[in-house]
Amino acid sequence: MKKKEVQALRLEFDGISENEAFSRQVISLFAASLDPTLEEISDLRVVISEAVTNCVVHAYKNKGGKIKIHARIFDDRTMKIKIQDFGCGIADIEKCMEPLYTTDPSGERGGMGFAIMQAMSRKFRVTSRPGIGTTLYIEFKFA
Amino acid sequence: MEAVNLTFDCRDGVLTAAIAGEIDHHTARPLRDAIDGEVIRRRPKVLVLALKDVSFMDSSGLGLMLGRFTRMQSLGGQMKIADPTPEVMKILRLAGFDKKIVWFSTEKGGVNA
Ligand SMILES: Nc1ncnc2c1ncn2[C@@H]1O[C@H](COP(=O)(O)OP(=O)(O)O)[C@@H](O)[C@H]1O
Ligand SMILES: [Mg+2]
Repeated sequence: MKKKEVQALRLEFDGISENEAFSRQVISLFAASLDPTLEEISDLRVVISEAVTNCVVHAYKNKGGKIKIHARIFDDRTMKIKIQDFGCGIADIEKCMEPLYTTDPSGERGGMGFAIMQAMSRKFRVTSRPGIGTTLYIEFKFA
Repeated sequence: MEAVNLTFDCRDGVLTAAIAGEIDHHTARPLRDAIDGEVIRRRPKVLVLALKDVSFMDSSGLGLMLGRFTRMQSLGGQMKIADPTPEVMKILRLAGFDKKIVWFSTEKGGVNA
């Protein structure tokens, strides 16, 4: 039987660092109807924060740009989230997914964003085209 | 409402930076600047990041720790982490930082634990 979508949310906002907290708060409120555990809500907030921060820092190099989020809740208690930027894109996705890999020259980033997003979600997929942008497809399953 | 708050305490060469609130990319920079400034002023042997009241942290927090860790090492000192919450501990473990960086609970053992 095909699962049914029960709730959907579309967000579009500017990729500036102030909106990192905003976006993870909105998504955790959206998830409230699933009555998530503390760990589930914490993981969700971390994953959204990682994804949006990557748009702000890497895709748009701290100069701002559009970020789109489409979040959907299904009747089997899964949540699918698509996060899209229109920034620089990623040439070598596999390389960027390696733990501790970062292109940031400041020495202030851990290179652990992708590893954390993968570990804290059920499914995680990245598509990207250099010069066009990057899209993340993330799935969560709630108990 | 402040997203993050920082208080310092310095005694016997140990500088404790207690962080309360959210550590993300937005708040990491002011935290870094304030902590580095205090380290330059006080020249501690040990920098302790006290994390009991951290309500949120993502990998920007790992970057903040890694940066202070290498900085303290290059100054001939040490950095330690105190009282990480279960949520913060999960991220430290995922990054393998729980092995690299000394962490302890002030409740159980104090600075030498
Ligand atoms: N949305 C994005 N647009 C362009 N590059 C990205 C994006 N997300 C991640 N990257 C690239 O992947 C690398 C690894 O990302 P991540 O694992 O989150 O570590 P960090 O953010 O600490 O560098 C980044 O340094 C960057 O080069
Ligand atoms: Mg990142």
